[in-house]
This record gives sequence, C-alpha cells and structure tokens, in this order.
Amino acid sequence: MTASATTRQRAYNVERIVGLVGGLIFAVSAFFPWAYGHEALDDMAYFGSPSPLQWFAVVMALALINCLAASLLEPTLNNSTGFLKLLGRISKRFGWIRGARALAIGMLAYAVLAILAVALELNGLVNLEMGAWVALVGAGIAFGSSMMLPTGRAPFLERIPSYPVLEIATIALLLMGMLFASAYALSQEDGGTFLMVLVFIGALAGFAIGSGFGSWVATAGRRHRTVLVSSAFLVAFLFPFTQNGSDANMSIATQVLIFAATAVGLNIVVGLAGLLDLGYIAFLGAGAFTAAVLSESAFATINWHPPFIVVMLLSGCISATLGLIIGSPTLRVSGDYLAIVTLAFGEIFRITMNNLDGSSGPNLVHGSSGIPAIPNLNFFGFDFGQSHVVAGIELGRFANYFFLMLVIMSIIILVFTRLNHSRIGRGWVAIREDERAAEAMGVNVFGLKLLAFAGGAFLAGFAGAVKAHVDVSVVPDQYVFLESAFLLAAIVLGGMGTVMGVLLGATLLKLVPEKLRFMSDYRMLIFGLLMVVMMRFRPEGIIPNQRRALEFHVDDEELVEDVEERLPYEFVEFEEVPA
Amino acid sequence: MSTAVLHPETDGHAVGREVMLRADKVTMKFGGLTAVDSVDMTVHNGEIVGLIGPNGAGKTTFFNCLTGMYLPTSGQVTFNGSVLPPKPREVVKAGMARTFQNIRLFPNMTALENVMVGRYCRTSSGAFTSIIHGPKYRAEEIATRERAAELLDFVGLGGEGGHLARNMPYGNQRRLEIARALATDPKLLLLDEPTAGMNPQETKDAEELIFRIRDTGLAIVVIEHDMKFIFNLCDRVLCLVRGKVLIEGTAGEVQSDPRVIEAYIGSPKTKENPDA
Ligand SMILES: Nc1ncnc2c1ncn2[C@@H]1O[C@H](COP(=O)(O)OP(=O)(O)OP(=O)(O)O)[C@@H](O)[C@H]1O
Ligand SMILES: [Mg+2]
Repeated sequence: MTASATTRQRAYNVERIVGLVGGLIFAVSAFFPWAYGHEALDDMAYFGSPSPLQWFAVVMALALINCLAASLLEPTLNNSTGFLKLLGRISKRFGWIRGARALAIGMLAYAVLAILAVALELNGLVNLEMGAWVALVGAGIAFGSSMMLPTGRAPFLERIPSYPVLEIATIALLLMGMLFASAYALSQEDGGTFLMVLVFIGALAGFAIGSGFGSWVATAGRRHRTVLVSSAFLVAFLFPFTQNGSDANMSIATQVLIFAATAVGLNIVVGLAGLLDLGYIAFLGAGAFTAAVLSESAFATINWHPPFIVVMLLSGCISATLGLIIGSPTLRVSGDYLAIVTLAFGEIFRITMNNLDGSSGPNLVHGSSGIPAIPNLNFFGFDFGQSHVVAGIELGRFANYFFLMLVIMSIIILVFTRLNHSRIGRGWVAIREDERAAEAMGVNVFGLKLLAFAGGAFLAGFAGAVKAHVDVSVVPDQYVFLESAFLLAAIVLGGMGTVMGVLLGATLLKLVPEKLRFMSDYRMLIFGLLMVVMMRFRPEGIIPNQRRALEFHVDDEELVEDVEERLPYEFVEFEEVPA
Repeated sequence: MSTAVLHPETDGHAVGREVMLRADKVTMKFGGLTAVDSVDMTVHNGEIVGLIGPNGAGKTTFFNCLTGMYLPTSGQVTFNGSVLPPKPREVVKAGMARTFQNIRLFPNMTALENVMVGRYCRTSSGAFTSIIHGPKYRAEEIATRERAAELLDFVGLGGEGGHLARNMPYGNQRRLEIARALATDPKLLLLDEPTAGMNPQETKDAEELIFRIRDTGLAIVVIEHDMKFIFNLCDRVLCLVRGKVLIEGTAGEVQSDPRVIEAYIGSPKTKENPDA
C-alpha cells in the first residue's frame, strides 16, 4: 500500500470513528427525555425509560454502529486467520457504508421530525428537552461522517452459501415483522408518531438494501417463491385479525387495497408496456358505475340484478371495451399523443357521467349526484355488511371487503407477473426498448399495446365493481384526473414494472394522507416535492424492475456490471437458479 | 407459384433456381429527393447477392422498402410469388428478416432474450395460456428457449446468452443481431453492412458465418462497403448509385467495370465521398 493510500485509509478511519461516536450519542440520547410534556408523540418525558419511539432510535443507532464497526474492523479481520478471516470475507460482501448512509439519513430525519412534532404539538421549541437536541447532534455527526466515507463496491450477497431452512425462516420472520409493523403503524393515532414509525421502517429498509441484506432476502425469495407468495398472502389475510374489529383502520386498509390493485393494473400498461395512460381512473369509474347501475340500490336505473360475479365480469368487459375504443385509434401513434388522448378521455368520462342525468342526456346515473345507497354484497347468504366473529375476533364490514379485494388483488398480481414472464412480456420489453426494431423482428406492436391497454382497463373495471359496494355510493366527481395522477405517482414512486414497488408506493400514497389529516392543506405541496426529489435521485422508483433501472441509467456502467452479475438470479424462469 | 422463372438479367449462376424475391421498379422519394429510383432486383434460392454503392446511394432505403419499413412511392415487391404488403410484420412472417446498419438490438435485454424476441412471430401463445401456464405456454416457452440457445451457438455466441446486449463487444452485437434475425425462421436474410467497424479477423469470421447461413438453405442479400469481402462472398453484385442500378452482374464483372470505380472514387462531375 502506498503512503498516500495509507493516509487516506487512516483518514477514513477517523471518519468512521467519528460516525461511531455520533451513533453512540444518538443511542444514549434515547435514555434522556426529549420533551417536557407527556402529550407530545408517545410520551418521551422520562429519564432512563425510553418510549417505543426512543427505542426505535436506539435500534437505528445500534445498526449504524454495527455498520461502521464492521467496516472499521474489516482490514484487521482480513489479516487474521481462521474464523475471524472467514468473518472478514463474509463482511467484505456487505455494503456497510451504504447501509450506514441510509441509517444516518434516517436518523437525521428522525431527530428533525421529533423536534418539529414536539414543537408543533406542544406549541414551541421551548418544550424540547436536552435529549432531543443531543439526538439531533448525534444524528448530524453520524450523517456528516458517513456521507464523507466512500461507498465502495455494491454489495453482493447472493452467492453466500445458505440453507433453505434459514432462508425460509428469514422470509417468514420478515413477513411477520411486516404484519406487526403495519399493525403498529396503523394503530398510531398521532400523526407525528405515525410519520416517525414510517421513517424508522424506511431507515431499516434502506439499511437492508444498502448493506446487501435486502438482495440476499430477494434471492431467497426467488428461490422459495411459493413460500414467499403464500406466506405474504397469509400475512395479508391475518391483518384484519390484528385490528380487533376496528372499522376505522380496516376502512383505510380496504381503500389502500383497492387503490393498490388498480395501481398494479395500471403498472401493466405503464410499467410493462410502456404506455403513458393519464386517464386510467375512468376505467375504474366505468366498472364502479356498471356495478352501481346493476346493483339493488333503489336509485339503480337498470332493473336487472345479476349475481355479483356476472356484474364484475360485465364491469371488466365494459371498461375493456372503452379501452379498445380509445386505444385503437391512438395506439398507432407515438407515446405523447396517447398521454394527451387518455387525459382527455378521463375528463370526457367524468363529464359524460355528470350529464347522464335525465335533462342533458338519458337518466342513467343521476348525473352529478350519482347512485347512492348501494347495498352490501351478498354471496350465497354471506352478507358483507354483517360482522362475523372468527376465533374470538370480530371482523366487520370492511374486513369482509378486505378479503374480497385480497382475492381480486391476487388475480391482478397473477396476471401481472405471468404476463411479464411470457412471450407477451418479452414483446412489451422489446417495444419499450426499440419499437421499430421490434416491429421489424415480427413483434405485433399494435396488438400488444392494445392488449396491455384493454387488459389493464379490464382489471380496473374489476376493482371498480367492488369499489362501488365498498363506497356505498358512486359519484362522477370521485373519478377526477387527480386520482389518475395519484395512481401514476404510486408507480413512479414505488417502482416501474414491479408488484412490490407499486404495493409500497400505493400504500404510502394512500395511507400517509389518511393518517396525516392535519397536514391535508399541504398534501399537494409535499406530494409535488416528493415527486421532484424522486425524479432527481431515483427516477426508476424505490423498488424498480432491474430492466427499468437500466433504461433510466443509460450511462451507468456500474449498474450494468451489477445487474449482469445478478442476471442469472433475476431473469431465469425455468431452469433452477444455479447454486 | 414459384416456378423457375428467370429474370432477364440473370447470369449463369442462377440458372435453374427459383426466384425468391423480385423487386419491381421500386422507387422511394423523400420530398424532392429520389433516394431509390425504379430499382429492379431478383434473388434466387440459395443465392448471396451483394448490394454496393457509395454513401447515400440509397442501399439502406432500398432495404427499408423491401422489408416494409417504408412504403415505396411506387413499385412492388414480390416474395415467393406473392406481393408483400408494406408491413414489417407481414414481411417477417413471409420469411424475410434483416439486420440494421446501426445495430438495433434491445439493449437492456440479455442476448438470449433478444433472440427469443425473434421467435415471437413463429409462436402464438396468447394472454390466457400465459396466465394459467397452460400446456401450450410451457411447450412453446421451452422450445423458444432451446431454439434461441441453438442459434446463439450457431453464430458463435454459445455461453454468452446471459449478457446484456448493451454490454457486449461490438462484433458480438453484430452476430447477435444476425441470430435474432435467424430466429424468425427466414428464407431470405438481409444484412446491412454486417462487417462495419470490424477488424480483419472479425470480418473473416463474419464471412464464414454468412457462408454457413447460406449452407443451411437461406438466400442472402448483403450491403457492404468492403469490396474484398463482397467479391469473395457474393454470387451476384448490384451496384447502386444515386438511387439507380448502375450495373448488375457477377462479382468479376462488377469488379472490373470502370463505372463502379468511378462511382466510388469520383469523376470530376460528382462529389461523392471517396472514403466510402
Ligand atoms: N427518412 C428519410 N428522409 C429523408 N431522406 C432520407 C431518409 N432516409 C434516407 N434519406 C436520404 O436518402 C439517401 C439515401 O440514404 P441511404 O441511407 O439509403 O444511403 P446508403 O446507401 O445506405 O448510404 P450508406 O452507405 O452511407 O449507408 C440519402 O441522401 C439520405 O439522406
Ligand atoms: Mg446505409
């Protein structure tokens, strides 16, 4: 090692140690009171007995200390022998500094949020105790020093030998953790506390992804796909049981699920086929209106009430037909036109519905007042409006719809993933990459675009039919452009072309505003800022499709290397993943 | 109705062979510019035809007309006895595949996936069978994968299937494009400057590859600026200058024609680029 390299190494060691001290300060601060009053956040007014939020701070700090210590010790471990050497070799595959950065960012956000929340909730900065300021200083030190450290090579943990039992156990544990985390986050009445829990979860997720643990889990998940998928659904299924019959949270959860299912459908159009659809909400609306008109509501205008399965299929078909009508003339021209036409279509749909009121047009949906009093579904005597007690836990009306939406969600996810990995999915990728070349290679460009467009519309119609019953009434003004924009934002935020990404994006976009009603005036402002930040730093979304990430980073050599190394783990469908 | 009709200009080479492709007075105008000016061309089964001409002569434009990427201003293209509609997809289905002068692979797909896309028009599993993983889907998917791997082996890219197309060396990208075109099961392959930017060794390999393709029973039309390569390879050569066929004949005939040399090197009257 040359002299300058040694100096540099030593200089970085200084930063590592400073970062460690920052982490330590942050951890210790949790044992001091952060606020004078007991009302702020989750009561951080005690000395020596941290509140749950303060314990979370300790967890983050410990993770940060672990990262920095590991990277500090790495050279020593590698120069030793035996078990320590093995440890060093494993440690080398982690992206410790990347993990540390994510944690430090999280810690800083956490401290700032805590201070802001206390100041807002108790009226003024004077209500802050020493502990909060100490936490801020600690987080600041950790942030500064970890930002100065070089990130080094991307982590690569996929090839670490592991045991199926270990992998399955990790998956199961993580999913259970997610269940409890989401139940805990939802149970927070206080907006500030809720946000801080989110930041905590985000920081841990960032740590997992940065350090490489996330990709290990992802590989494990791919190896045990069935286990992952079935336990994910089991966890989702168990969620209502954690709510003790609370309709408030279940109502939010059901709305999130409807929104997410619609967003996954839209992701087929946007993420897979690469078509920008700005009027997707109209297809959801078409489904909802179809179901409303055919329902047994006293205001329904068609006196035919087929079973709900038929209604759902019909809703899907009507949406798909609308999709075909809009799609067939516009999908032949290039992308921008489609965006404009779909934008216009969304508005035309809403205005048309407003005018189907008996005076401007035929009275189909009572115009702007829509169709109210849509009765609950009834499947063979199972009334969705009734509460049921299962295993001693009451499951209310929204829980029933939650389960129904879960079924629909699984259908939509199935369609999404299976199409993505088929001949059709390959055709979509080819069209996204180079439409002319795809056409010259015999890909049916127009047909595939139309399939995505109409297929996406069909799935939205499906979800819309349920939404009509969940919402009780269907009004044209629920289906405005802003909703389309939010659906699109869920995809952009979460990740183009992945199910996980969209689920995350949709959950964040729907859940956070529900919990932070006191900030609803600034909702659009925050939303806009978030989008700008995403576009600047991670245009492919939080959990992107590898290929989409590549498309967004045309010149990023490192990313290419990274993806290539993982390729056998990413794209393989039929063969077993090589050991 | 592909009978052994011979085109008036055919030389001894193609006697007795069936006409596969016949371009009839194909003209392509861009505004005032006539890029392709009533060009006639015939290709027979199992033949390698060269298309040469200085830069801007209209060779690529002519390819685009043949493959339906451009709608010719006038003239028509007959393939195996039926008139081709100007739709790339129909052209590929009929059995004509091409490569591009400026490589147009799908950069973020792997080599294997690129070739699998080429199989698209020869497979037919739809949305439904794909979603339920029906027997047809499974059978086709496995067959597609196997055929693609086979083709990668054929062009000398065996074992490279897992690389992203955009991360492959230039020469391999050219081979991959050929493999992708071959995946459409063509009867006629159109190659637009397959050795552009290659070193002599790679050019030799490409030549060997083209011969091997011909030996599997395909006819080939190849555009090139490398004369040695063209005259080695082709049974017949067409020289295009400013959109018109200047001369057509065997490699020997075209090679020795002073007009061809003049077209490239330039006479006092033309301003053609000599470094073509
Ligand atoms: N889409 C187009 N619009 C207008 N002009 C075009 C178009 N495509 C080609 N041309 C013109 O047609 C002429 C023939 O171009 P073409 O690309 O066919 O030449 P080429 O023989 O392939 O040349 P090179 O050897 O350089 O590839 C050129 O003058 C070119 O500028
Ligand atoms: Mg050209």
